[in-house]
Amino acid sequence: MQNIHKENNPKKAIALISGGLDSMLAAKLLLEQNIHVEGINFFTGFCVEGHTHAIRKKDKNKAKRNNALWVAEQLGIKLHIIDIVEEYKDIVINPKHGYGANLNPCLDCKIFMLKKAHEWIKANNFDFIITGEVIGQRPKSQRKACMPIVAEKSGAEDLLLRPLSALNLELTKPELEGWVDREKLLGFTGRSRKPQFALAEKFNIEDYAQPAGGCCFLTDKAYSNKLQDLWTNRNSKHYELDDIMLLKVGRHIRPKDNFKIIVAREEGENNFLQGYKKNFISLELENTGGPIALIDGKIESDQDLELACKILGRFSKAESNDIVETKVTFKPEEGAIKSKIVQTHPFKAEEVLEAWYLK
Amino acid sequence: MKHYIDLKNLLCPMPVIRVQNKLNELNTGDILDAECTDPGTLHDIPTWCRINGHEVLEIKEEETIFFSIKKN
Repeated sequence: MQNIHKENNPKKAIALISGGLDSMLAAKLLLEQNIHVEGINFFTGFCVEGHTHAIRKKDKNKAKRNNALWVAEQLGIKLHIIDIVEEYKDIVINPKHGYGANLNPCLDCKIFMLKKAHEWIKANNFDFIITGEVIGQRPKSQRKACMPIVAEKSGAEDLLLRPLSALNLELTKPELEGWVDREKLLGFTGRSRKPQFALAEKFNIEDYAQPAGGCCFLTDKAYSNKLQDLWTNRNSKHYELDDIMLLKVGRHIRPKDNFKIIVAREEGENNFLQGYKKNFISLELENTGGPIALIDGKIESDQDLELACKILGRFSKAESNDIVETKVTFKPEEGAIKSKIVQTHPFKAEEVLEAWYLK
Repeated sequence: MKHYIDLKNLLCPMPVIRVQNKLNELNTGDILDAECTDPGTLHDIPTWCRINGHEVLEIKEEETIFFSIKKN
């Protein structure tokens, strides 16, 4: 081991900050060695973040914080948030290493983010990259066999240091050059979180995010099912940011192949869907209380429209023998009629078939 | 110099990213006015400014959420 870096020439590391505990601890370990650490966080559009809490009013008691920003502030480091929504589409649509249990392309995602981080350190004169990866923590992307693959395919090679598992991995350049003291790095392995919790306690870190299934909606079965449905019914895996945001909101009900209806579940979602009215056919109840809904797809007949209104009526305050008036507003390009009132009896709960719900 | 950025109808973290990218283009001392609608910005934009060393001069909550930010 060569000399540990000099105080007057601190080496600079960029830490991939997800907002969870592991990346926070990895960055903290390096800060303890007087390494200059800054954070980088990638926005893919699939992130489970504060905005989803903001949409749903029921979550109003949860902190509407962005966890990556919060972690950076706790650590006292800068954070660079990078928009990779467009570039990330190819990772989701065509993952070279396939999907995990759902539509999560975790290995390709990890390689891609480290490739972007490697580009970033070259452009910004940083020396190396750190992550909070722990061998065996995740079944696909954090297997020991994957670690060198990720390092190689991302181009980061030996500039990628995983401080929490370093003692079980090959030496990296920061260790070989003495930029960091390997003896102060760790050898965590496995799915147990106990070592991380103990380390957090040692660092007096009491508050941290613990999202079940990680910080990405693509690991969520219901979300992946809705995304797959979207692809299947469009005959294309193409998507826009608005599409994947809407999959996070409301009940998605597909009574026919040619359209689905997105029904708000509460006031926060109602407000959110209001913002998308110009992009979709929208349904609003006129003579009773209830949510708004959007229609995604093609309405081919008056019967389709009536079916959508009956489904929305199911979630209104009306009884099944009431007449519900629904204002249907069309997109501007869909002909001269901008809106009309449809009168229907609402469906009973059991008439909205279980198979229609996308979940 | 004063600049303006319209961030209405964007959900976090997009407003933060747009503020970050715009500030990167500006000179030290420039002022960036940002207009948002996502209530999450009330937390996220000041936090981002604090950790990156920029100064939030003013926050106004009316029909929209208005930030005035000085690049340091």
